[in-house]
Amino acid sequence: MSRRGAPGREFSPRPAYREEAAQRILGGCGLIGICDQSGERMSGELVLRGMASMHDRGNGLGGGFAGYGIYPELPHLFCFHLLYDDDVAKEDTEFYLKKHFRVVMDEPIPTKPIRGIEDEPILWRYFLDIGEERLHETQLSAEDYVVHAVMDVNSFIDGAFVASSGKNMGAFKGVGFPEEIGEFFRIGDYRGWTWTGHGRFPTNSPGWWGGAHPFALLDYSIVHNGEISSYGINERYLEMFGYRCSLQTDTEVVTYLFDLMLRRHGLSVEMACKALASPFWKDIDLMPEEQRRLFTALRMVYGSALLNGPFAVVLGMTDGMVALNDRIKLRPLVAAQHGEVVYVASEESAIREVCPRPERSWMPLAGEPVVARVSDKGRQKSIAQGRQSVGQRRVAQNATALGVF
Amino acid sequence: MAYTTFIPPEFRVVIDREACQQCGRCAQQCGWNVYTFDSEERLPHPDHSKCAACHRCATFCPAGAITIKKNDLAFKQSDSLSPDLVKAIWRQAETGGVQLTGMGNDKPYLRVFDHLLLDACQVTNPSIDPLREPMEMRTFLGRKPDFLEVAEEGRAGGGPRLLTELDRQLQLETPIMFGGMSYGSVSLNVHRSLAMAAAELGTFMNTGEGGLHSDLEPYQDHIIVQCASGRFGVDSGYLQAGAAVEIKIGQGAKPGIGGHLPGEKIDYQVSITRMIPQGTDALSPAPHHDIYSIEDLRQLIYALKEATGYKPISVKIACVHNVAAIASGVVRAGADIIYLDGFRGGTGASPTIIRDHVGLPVEIGIATVDQRLRDEGIRNRASIVAAGGIRGSADVVKAIALGADACAIGTAALVALGCHVCQKCHTGCCSWGICTQRPELTRRLDPEWGASQLVNLVRAWTHEMAEVLGALGVNAIESLRGSRERLRGLGLDKTTLDILGVKPAGL
Repeated sequence: MSRRGAPGREFSPRPAYREEAAQRILGGCGLIGICDQSGERMSGELVLRGMASMHDRGNGLGGGFAGYGIYPELPHLFCFHLLYDDDVAKEDTEFYLKKHFRVVMDEPIPTKPIRGIEDEPILWRYFLDIGEERLHETQLSAEDYVVHAVMDVNSFIDGAFVASSGKNMGAFKGVGFPEEIGEFFRIGDYRGWTWTGHGRFPTNSPGWWGGAHPFALLDYSIVHNGEISSYGINERYLEMFGYRCSLQTDTEVVTYLFDLMLRRHGLSVEMACKALASPFWKDIDLMPEEQRRLFTALRMVYGSALLNGPFAVVLGMTDGMVALNDRIKLRPLVAAQHGEVVYVASEESAIREVCPRPERSWMPLAGEPVVARVSDKGRQKSIAQGRQSVGQRRVAQNATALGVF
Repeated sequence: MAYTTFIPPEFRVVIDREACQQCGRCAQQCGWNVYTFDSEERLPHPDHSKCAACHRCATFCPAGAITIKKNDLAFKQSDSLSPDLVKAIWRQAETGGVQLTGMGNDKPYLRVFDHLLLDACQVTNPSIDPLREPMEMRTFLGRKPDFLEVAEEGRAGGGPRLLTELDRQLQLETPIMFGGMSYGSVSLNVHRSLAMAAAELGTFMNTGEGGLHSDLEPYQDHIIVQCASGRFGVDSGYLQAGAAVEIKIGQGAKPGIGGHLPGEKIDYQVSITRMIPQGTDALSPAPHHDIYSIEDLRQLIYALKEATGYKPISVKIACVHNVAAIASGVVRAGADIIYLDGFRGGTGASPTIIRDHVGLPVEIGIATVDQRLRDEGIRNRASIVAAGGIRGSADVVKAIALGADACAIGTAALVALGCHVCQKCHTGCCSWGICTQRPELTRRLDPEWGASQLVNLVRAWTHEMAEVLGALGVNAIESLRGSRERLRGLGLDKTTLDILGVKPAGL
C-alpha cells in the first residue's frame, strides 16, 4: 500500500510562527544544535521553534531533525529509520533486514498530516539486534556490520533509504520547511538530550526526502550549511575505506569522514576537526616542535579528508555535539551557553528564540570546534527516567507488549 | 652516378645584406658551423643544410639582419607519404642507420590535457581571492600511514601528542619539481641552475643518471639522486648525499630501451662524476641487469633504503599499456614515490621510432594508476609524480586533479634556460650551451641567471595555480588532488572519459 494520496487526511491549522516566518526574505541553509550536557532531556518542540525562526534560510525543499536519547525504552538496539518509495522497496528491505538482523520490533514512524507536506514516502522504523553469532561469523564489529548494511540498502535496494541507524537516536527528515517536517513527524512528542535541526535551500541536489538533512550513520548525524568544494577527493578518499557515496549530495561525506576518523581511526573530536578544517601552514610553522610535528602529520595523512569550501556543520553523537566552521569561516555559526545547555545556530535569533538570555554567546572562530559533551552518567540517569515516564507513544506500548523491558 | 644527398635543407637562413654589419658574431655564436666567410668582405655565407633553427644567431645579431625560414621546397601533396617520411627514407637509404632525435614526441596524437576543462565557483559557493587569502601549495611526497595514533595527553600534561612514527618525506613548497636530466647529456651549468633554483623554490632537482658533481653538494637537500641501469656515479656517498633516491626503470621518451652518451661528451669533469674513463661511451643497458622481475626491484628498493637510512625511494617508470598493474607492483615492492613519465617526455637522444610510437600519454597513466592504487586501498603508500609533457601550469593543475601529487618538468625547465626545442640534443652542438659539453658553448649559460629564470617560471606557474584554486573555491592543493569532479572532458570519447574517471562537459 502506498501512502501517497491517502484519503481522508485532516490538516492542522497553520501555527502563528510559520505565518510570521513567511514574511522574511531569502537567506541560505539554516541549522541549529542544542545539547544539554547534564543529559536532561528536552522536548523536540524547542528545536522546532528555533528552526522556525530561520524559516527563510530554507526554500521548502528539505528540513529535518535528529534527536538523541529519544528511545529510552530500547536504548541498546540499533534503530533504523527507513524511507521507502513503494511496497516493493519495503518488502526487499525487510527481507534483507530479517536475513541480517533480529528485528525486535518494527512500526510506522508516527506522523500527522500537514498542509504542504505531500508525496511522503512510506516511513518505517526497525529496532534491530545483530546477535553475537552473526558478528562472530563475519568477524566485524557491531558498528562495521551496521555500516555495511546501511551501504547495502542505500546502494542496492531501489527506492529504499536508511535515514538513520544509531542507538537511542533517530533522524526525521523530508521535503518541506523544517517546521512543517517537525510537526509532520510530531517531534514535539519526543524528548532528547541533544537535538539538531536543518532547513534546506538545495542547489546541487534534487529535493528528495532522503536528500534532506540530517545525514546519519550509526550514532553520527550531520546537519550542514554550505558546499563541499573538495567533495570530489573526499568521496574518492572514503571509497578507499569502503564507503559508498550514493545520496546525490556532498553532506554525506562529512558524516562518513567523522565516522572514519572518530570511530575507525580512534581520533578525538578535536583532532578530527583539525583534520577537516586544518590550520594553515603559516600557523603550523609557528607552533612548538611537538605540536608542529602532530599537525604536519595530520595534514599529510588526512589531506584528502580536508573539507574545503564554505561550511558550517553540526555533528550530533551519543555523547554530545560538535559544531564546526570551515577554515576561513565562509558560513555563519553562532554559539551560546546557558547553564549546562550549549546552543549553536546559523543565526543568533534562533538561539534567543529558545533561550532569550544566554549567559554567554559568541562567534566561533574559523576551524575552531564548539564541543558539548554529555556525560555517560547523565545519559544513564536520563535513560532510566525516560523509561519510567513513557506511555504515550506506540514504540513504548509495542515494546511493553513484546516484553522488551 | 653518386649523389651527396637527396635531402633538401629543412630551413633557409636569410641574411639582409644591407643591414649586415659584417661583425661575424653569427659565426661565433652558431654551434652548427652554418656560417663561413667570404675572405674579402667578411659577408657570412650560410650552409642551410646545417641549420637547426635554434635562433642563436638571430638572437645575437646586432643588426637584426638574420631570419630563419622554413625551406618551402614544394613536394607533391600526399597525406600518406608525407615529405618527412620521404626524407626519412632517403636518410636511411644513405646511412643504413637508426634515426635519432632529441626532445619529446612531436606527433599530432590527441593531447588529453587540451580536452579537459576546469570548474569554477558561481553563487552557491564563494570563490577565494588568492591575493588576499592564503593558497597552500605545500606538498609532501612519500609513504603515509593509513591512520594516525594520537595520545590525548602529551608529556607533562601538555596537548595531544603524535604516537605514529612517519616515514621520511620530501617537502615541496610547490608541487612542481625538476625531472631527471643527467650531467653529461646537459651541461654542468644546467645542473647548477636547477640545483640553485630548487633550493630557492623549496623543491627538488633530479640528477638523472649521470652522477652528482661535487659543485652541487651545497644543494644536496634539494636533490634527488638517480640510480639507473648504468649505475653511473653511484657509490654510497652519492646515495647518502641526496634527499631521496630514484630508481630509473624507464623514460617516457624511450620506454624499454637504454641510453648512449657518446665518448665525445665524456670530458674530464663528466668522467669523474660518472666514474668512467674519459672519452669512453657511456652505455646504459635497456634493463637493470639486477632487475629482471618485481621481486628484484623490491631487493634494490630495500638495499637503497638500508644504504640511506630509509630515505624515500622513488621509482620512475614510463607510461606503457599495463602501467596501472606495474605501478601497483612497484608500490607493493616498497616504493615511496612512483614517478610516471608520459610519452611526450623529452630525451637527450632516442631512436625516432621509439620516441614517436611507444608509450602512453601521462594523463592516462595518472588516471589509471591513481584509480588502481585506490581500488587496492594503497594509494596512501606512495605519492605519484607526473611528468612527460607538462607544458604549463594548466597541465600541472589538470594532472593534480586527475590524481598526481606533484609534477616534474624537464623540457619546460630547459626552455626557460634558452632551449629553442630544435630537437638536436643528441648532436652535442647546442648553441645555447644546454645540451653540450663543449666548453665554449657551456660557458654561455650563467647559472645565476639560469636559476633566476627557473625560479621565475615556477613562481609564475604557482601564482597561476593559486588563481585556479581560488576560482575553484579551495585554498589547499590537497583539495584539488584527485578531485576529478572538478574536471570535465570536451571532445573525448566515452571510453577515454571512463578511463580518466572524468564526466563529459554538460554532466
